[in-house]
Amino acid sequence: MFRTSIVKRLLLAVALSFSLHAAMAQPAPAVRQDAPVSGFNPDSVEVHQDELLANQRLITGRITLPDARARTLIQPDGRMWRDYQRSVVPWIAAVLVLGTIAVLALFYAIKGRIMIEGGRGLATIIRFSSFERFMHWLTAGSWCVLALSGLNMVAGRFVLLPLLGNETFSALSRLLKPAHNYVAFPFMLGIVLMLLVWLRANIPNQVDLNWFKAGGGFLHGDHPPAGKFNGGQKMVFWIVVLGGAAMAATGLTLMFPFVVTNIFGMQIIQVIHGLIALLMIAMMLSHIYIGSVGMEGAIDAMGSGEVDLTWAKHHHSLWVADELAKAEKSPPSPAE
Amino acid sequence: MARMKFLCDADRCIECNACVTACKNANEVPWGINRRRVVTINDGKPGERSVSMACMHCNDAPCAAVCPVECFYTTADHVVLHSKDLCIGCGYCFYACPFGAPQYPKTTNFGSRGKMDKCTYCSGGPDGADGSAAEYAKYGSNRMAEGKLPLCAEMCSTKSLMAGDGEIIAQIYRERVLKRGYGSGSWGWQTAYQEAINV
Repeated sequence: MFRTSIVKRLLLAVALSFSLHAAMAQPAPAVRQDAPVSGFNPDSVEVHQDELLANQRLITGRITLPDARARTLIQPDGRMWRDYQRSVVPWIAAVLVLGTIAVLALFYAIKGRIMIEGGRGLATIIRFSSFERFMHWLTAGSWCVLALSGLNMVAGRFVLLPLLGNETFSALSRLLKPAHNYVAFPFMLGIVLMLLVWLRANIPNQVDLNWFKAGGGFLHGDHPPAGKFNGGQKMVFWIVVLGGAAMAATGLTLMFPFVVTNIFGMQIIQVIHGLIALLMIAMMLSHIYIGSVGMEGAIDAMGSGEVDLTWAKHHHSLWVADELAKAEKSPPSPAE
Repeated sequence: MARMKFLCDADRCIECNACVTACKNANEVPWGINRRRVVTINDGKPGERSVSMACMHCNDAPCAAVCPVECFYTTADHVVLHSKDLCIGCGYCFYACPFGAPQYPKTTNFGSRGKMDKCTYCSGGPDGADGSAAEYAKYGSNRMAEGKLPLCAEMCSTKSLMAGDGEIIAQIYRERVLKRGYGSGSWGWQTAYQEAINV
């Protein structure tokens, strides 16, 4: 019994090996004209970098290093990112930053400083509490560091490098680069605080629509009614909050590179980060203009926190009415 | 002057990683930094090829073009080098590099990278102190100053990885492909030099 089973198995094995042999003896696939000397043609399953690159954006493979980034062998998109970085972004930056400054200068030349109609009165009204001013300047101060250090990465080599020379410019950039990373955190804190404190006052409503229809009072000179924040200010608020959130999201991704995405994703995120930043810089330049040299009395709101009552009545009529009504209901307790 | 290039004949590479080891040893590069690496494509499948890759010392190098502080420069042999004194560790060169060549010594808090390090084609540093201990510590060996080619290519056991004047190594590759009848291409050349070796 035992013996027969072994014989059977042996026979089966021999039969199998014969059939395998037969299969292998099939006529070989057509040999190329330039048949290799060795007779073995590893090219039968050809791999060629041109075909790989034609089908995918980057060539990746297996690697024995623990660094996942090293798996990417070739990523020609790097050259695209290079072209964008070198030829496109400096122009966008120049147009947005210098263009905005030029438009504001032109506006100033034509309209001049917008003065308080009827001049400053004696009475003032508290517009922003000390905490509101603190969070504004926390955001504004860190924004200045972020914007300048960011612009330095884009345009420093064209503007500052020829002035300062390689060593000095490099030393400056070496300070600004980590500053950009660290100051991002107070900036993000400022954005969160402003969102929490000012959200209620910045919900858009019909008053804002009318404010925009009236051109914000810039066109005719008569002031459309507005609450604590007018339509334009609400726009600035939402640009800062939403833009700031986008800057924080892309910025944190850049700060911890390759944690969430690969090289292609990092390139895209860097581009988005730069474009939103430049748009926000252009926007904030206008905000700085109208809050300082552009309008008499406006800076007081974020300076002492107390603004001229006449100014407030002109620009934020509904808010002043509310505040005055509140003050009548609960008169301040007399000093003891 | 010669136009120095690297060429990896992937049909000869046996993925022994000796080029990686030789580079690390010749230049004493710190942990975590690999100026050269071997990537295997189609691993375990038909058509598997291994390619040894490092800085290709590109024409119009993307790293140099995007560097915000202009720390890169090109030698007379067309080797792309950079100054570690000027580098601010921003990481832009890694985004631009088609070959993943730039390496950064520390990726600690907030992505602070430290000075970039990459293949110098065994040409040392830019400070002009050829062969000094300070140059070696900062940039690695300067074999070119001694009239030698990069160690990775010099000691490649299958002569897959070649270094030298671009025209000469291209000619060697062309002869090889004609003789054996196949070739998977001059890896990275189209991207680095805007020309491939057509056989």
